Parts: sequence; C-alpha cells; structure tokens
Amino acid sequence: MRILVCVKQVPDPNTVIYQIDPQSKRLVRDGVANVLDPGAEVALEAALQLAENDGNSTVTVVTMGPEDAEDALRRALAMGADDGVLITDDGLAGSDTLSTAKALAATIKEVGFDLIFCATESTDGYSGMVPGMVAELLGIPHLSFIRSLEVANGVLTGQRVVALGYQTVECPLPLLVAIASGSHEPRYPALKGIMAAKRKKVEEYSLDDLGLAADSVGESGARERVLELRPVEERQAGVIVEDDGTGAAQIAALLRQRGII
Amino acid sequence: MAAIWVYSEITAGRPAPVALELMSKAAELGEATVVLFGKDAAAAATVAGQFGAAHAVIDPREEYDTHLAPAAVDTLAALIRERQPALLLFATSYDSRDVASRLAARLDCGVISNATGLEADGDGFRVLTPWGATTVAVCELTAPGTKFVLVRPKAFTAVENGGTCTVEEVSGQIDAASTAIKVTDTVEEIAQGPVLSDSKVVVSGGRGLGNADNFGLIEELAAALGGAVGASRAVVDAGWRPYGEQVGQTGVTVKPDVYIACGISGAIQHLAGMKGSKTIIAINKDPEAPIFKNADLGIVGDALKILPQLIGEVKKG
Ligand SMILES: Cc1cc2nc3c(=O)[nH]c(=O)nc-3n(C[C@H](O)[C@H](O)[C@H](O)COP(=O)(O)OP(=O)(O)OC[C@H]3O[C@@H](n4cnc5c(N)ncnc54)[C@H](O)[C@@H]3O)c2cc1C
Ligand SMILES: Nc1ncnc2c1ncn2[C@@H]1O[C@H](COP(=O)(O)O)[C@@H](O)[C@H]1O
Repeated sequence: MRILVCVKQVPDPNTVIYQIDPQSKRLVRDGVANVLDPGAEVALEAALQLAENDGNSTVTVVTMGPEDAEDALRRALAMGADDGVLITDDGLAGSDTLSTAKALAATIKEVGFDLIFCATESTDGYSGMVPGMVAELLGIPHLSFIRSLEVANGVLTGQRVVALGYQTVECPLPLLVAIASGSHEPRYPALKGIMAAKRKKVEEYSLDDLGLAADSVGESGARERVLELRPVEERQAGVIVEDDGTGAAQIAALLRQRGII
Repeated sequence: MAAIWVYSEITAGRPAPVALELMSKAAELGEATVVLFGKDAAAAATVAGQFGAAHAVIDPREEYDTHLAPAAVDTLAALIRERQPALLLFATSYDSRDVASRLAARLDCGVISNATGLEADGDGFRVLTPWGATTVAVCELTAPGTKFVLVRPKAFTAVENGGTCTVEEVSGQIDAASTAIKVTDTVEEIAQGPVLSDSKVVVSGGRGLGNADNFGLIEELAAALGGAVGASRAVVDAGWRPYGEQVGQTGVTVKPDVYIACGISGAIQHLAGMKGSKTIIAINKDPEAPIFKNADLGIVGDALKILPQLIGEVKKG
C-alpha cells in the first residue's frame, strides 16, 4: 500500500502562547519555536503501525508550509516515514482551508496513494476542514475521528468515536482517514532514526509544478477576511486562597450560598 | 429577509440541541429553513418549527444514517445550487464538519469554523470566532454565493416559540460512490448519567488527579451534588475516562450553574468548553495555573486531600 500522511508544522503548543499579529492578522509563526503538530504525530503513528503490520507498504509524509516546514518532515522521517513531500511557494502564504486542501490534493494526485491519513484537527488552526476537503477534491470518501483501524482485502474497518462510544465503520480503499487525538502513542525517534532521516528523500513542489493559478490560492485566493480583532472577554477576577485546611469548607460555603447544597 | 439555512443532525428523533440554538438565531437574523436527512427527519421537523424554523426541507431515507457524510453532501449540494440561501449554518461537531468540509470543496466556497457569534451587517454577516489565546476575530466571508459558518454549541440560546414550519419532502440524487462507507454497528460505552451538557452541576477532573482510580473522588462528589462528571482531554487521551465526558473545544460545551475543576490546568481548549459556567470553582496545587484566572473561587492545594473533605461537607448538607 502507498500510505500518505498529511502533517503540519505548528508553533510549539508547549512553549508558545498563540498570538495574532494585529497588522497581518495572521498567527505569529516567525521567531517562535515550531514543531511537528502533536496531532499529526498521532496520525503518523497510526500509519506507521499499519505499514509495519502490513509489511508491504510505504509511508510518505506531505506538508504544505514555508521552506523551514522541512524540519517537521525530518522529524516525521526520523519517526519512521520513508520519504517526504514539501509543498512550498510564496504564493501559498495566507492560504485558507480550501486553498490548503487544493494544494494538498493537487500534490497527492501527482504522488499517488491508496490510503491517506490526517489528524482530526490541527493544533493551530483547528478548523477540522482540511481532511474532508482534500477527500472531496480527490473524489474519495473520508472517515473522521478514527481511533483504531485495520485493512484487509482492500477494505478498511475501524472504530469511529461518537459521543457515547463508537461506531464500527467500513469502507473500501482508496480512502482518507482522520485520526483521533490520543488514540496512538507517538514513538520517540531513536538516534538511528534521526541519522537515517537526514538521508531520506524530500521532494519539493511549487505552484507551477501543480498547475495551480497563483490567484486561486494564498492570500489573494482567500474567501474570508478578518475585519477586526477584539480582546477576549475576561471573567471577573475571583478569590484565590491557599488551602490551610479550610479549603473544602470554603467551597461548601459557596455551594450553600448558590443553593446547590 | 435573508434566507438562512441550518443543517441539523438528528439525535433521538429530535434536531440536535445545538441545531435548535442555530434555528433560533437564524430566525432572529432572517427566515430560517432547517434541512433534515435520515429516517427521523419528519418527526424532527415538527420540533424545528417550535424553535424558529419557518420551513423544513426533509429527505427521510435511511441511506443518510448508514452512509455518513457523502450522501448528505450530494443532496445538500443540489439544494444549495438551486436555491442559493444567503447563509448555511452547521454545528461545530464531527458529523457536521464532515458534511460542511466536503460541501465547501464541492461548491468552491469559503467556510468559517468554531464561530461563537453572528451579527447582521447590511446585506451580509459578520462572524465572531476565537483566534489565538487572547483575541476574537471578527470576520466576513467575501466570496459570492452561500456563506458557510460552523458554530460552537451553546453560542446561542434555543428559544421555544411554539411555532410550526412548512415541510417539504425531497428525494435527493445520491451518487453510487457516496454509499461506500457503511456503519455496521454502534457501541455505547458509557452509561448515561445526568446528561453532561445540560447538568446544573459539573465536577471535572484532570491529569492532576494522578491516576484513573482517583477519579472515584470526582464521581463521588458529582453524585453527592446530583451533578455530572467531566474530564480534560489529557485524561481522556490517557484512557482514564471516556470521550463522552471530555469538556472543551473538541468535546462537550457546558454552561452549568457550578463547574468544579479539580487538577485541571485550564488550557485555552478546555476553557472554550466551560468558560460560560455561572460559577467556577477550581482546585489546583499550582498558584500560577491559568484556571485560576477564570475561577470565582480558587483553592491552591492538593485535590486528593480537599476532595474527601468536600465530599464529607456535602454529605453533611
Ligand atoms: C486541537 C486541540 C483541541 C483540544 N481540545 C481539548 C478539549 O476539548 N478539552 C480539554 O480539556 N483539552 C483540550 N485540548 C488539550 C489542552 O490543550 C490541554 O492539554 C489539556 O486540557 C490539559 O489537561 P489537564 O488540565 O488535565 O492536564 P495538565 O495541563 O497536565 O494539568 C494538570 C494540572 O493539575 C495540577 N495538579 C497536579 N497535581 C495536583 C494535585 N494533587 N492537586 C491539585 N492539582 C494538581 C497541576 O498543577 C496542573 O495545573 C486540546 C488541544 C488541542 C491542540
Ligand atoms: N498545511 C498543511 N500541510 C499538511 N497537512 C495539513 C495542512 N493543514 C492541515 N493539514 C491536515 O489536515 C488536518 C486538519 O487540519 P485543520 O483543518 O487545519 O484543522 C491536519 O491535522 C493535517 O493532517
């Protein structure tokens, strides 16, 4: 099987507080630490496990981003992906979800695939729109929020998370699946993997290579506009006290006051 | 009046609660039409009328229940092309996202997700959506044609006005390729206690509880208060609690009278699901935990020590 995994580079959620630049009205990505999206690591882990069980598969990681998004690809290659594809072009900066999906879908058509993995949502944009859009543009079905899966005789069977439990779903390949957070524990790249990743192939695609018109994607192709930025409404500050043994009693007093006890 | 459509999921024979919120908002901003697919569509349409929908377009075939999004996208795409409503609203839920994303790609139109507000602006609409840790973006959709917006649960209030709606039954053309997905089974893993999203009291636990067993304290306190159990994503991801208990951006949105957060740091994605609670009480041993910025009463201390004492206090009455 040829397995593709769509991964994204995001500002490190563990060290960066996400801020919007008031001028460009875009997420601040310059001068912050960027990492492979932790959600994408989970999707990649699911793909690697499937490939290992199958024994006859390759895993290709695909990202759209600036030149240095190659770092995210290298991390994915260090985890065990076989090769990478970097879609990068100044004309793609400021792309909305549909433009991102168009660039990914056009590239994926060139590269070829049997099965595509995405994360259910990205950590920075969290629209959850890109996977369904890519699938639609490729004319294939997609399944979201998948927590476990197997492939046999060209048919994928999986568990899809729903409010009270899960649905068992099945669908023949080709197909796109979006993987639920927490469903797979991403492996930590070993030193050997990190060394090997340096020699693995990363192919680059630009808008020209994909035959996408510059005004159909990026800032100029965007279908949404930010008019203004407002500060989030803060709640009024409350009372914060160190527990001196009466903490529970203070909570109980407030609950009585509110008529809960 | 602007034609505003709401795509509604159906749960237990009724429009999903968030869809009722959207219908009431749509009725406020224009003329509301609800779109309902699946075997319970006719029954759900009756309820929709009571919450502001003027019209219902229904396709009551079971195909929509067993094949997930693609079947709904086929029928909806044809309806939108033909009737071109100004605005099409969806819930920010996994099922609705699947429909909205495919539909937007098919019709080549823009979409804004995670909206928490919607305002009329001349002939158009302004959409409010949280963006970054400290800002709310006011956006507009600039492309011509129907605008798609996905709205978070509990952004609006469902208003029951006792009205009725016209019901039009359609029979959409579902492409053979759109029935590739099959749902073969549905398994319930959590017993339904007091429904989390509507409970007056929610007691939530996070990673600070240390392990799954200590969640017994959360269950005991919730039971003593007649409330529901909630959880952070960290403990759901760790497998301590089922997904149905997850509060936050990718889980349930709650607005109870009292929310008690125990051993939860208060990440922005968690706050997104509970910031609207009337009273927030937090127990955390780190005085710098962001949850305290949002708490009416914050106790800096060990949840494992405080919870048993609090359960005792509550049982005393
Ligand atoms: C796209 C996306 C969507 C997300 N959606 C959600 C969502 O829907 N809901 C959600 O909750 N999260 C969500 N998250 C995850 C979120 O960012 C946080 O990682 C998560 O909420 C942290 O959970 P926590 O507070 O339990 O754990 P931690 O952040 O690890 O916090 C544990 C806290 O417990 C305290 N503590 C430790 N020991 C004790 C003790 N003995 N007594 C008292 N306090 C103690 C610590 O001081 C700490 O503050 C999402 C993330 C992303 C990227
Ligand atoms: N720029 C990108 N490059 C590669 N994959 C992406 C990109 N943006 C989104 N995706 C994929 O789509 C998923 C959902 O992203 P989003 O729609 O932004 O929430 C991500 O987890 C990725 O798998």
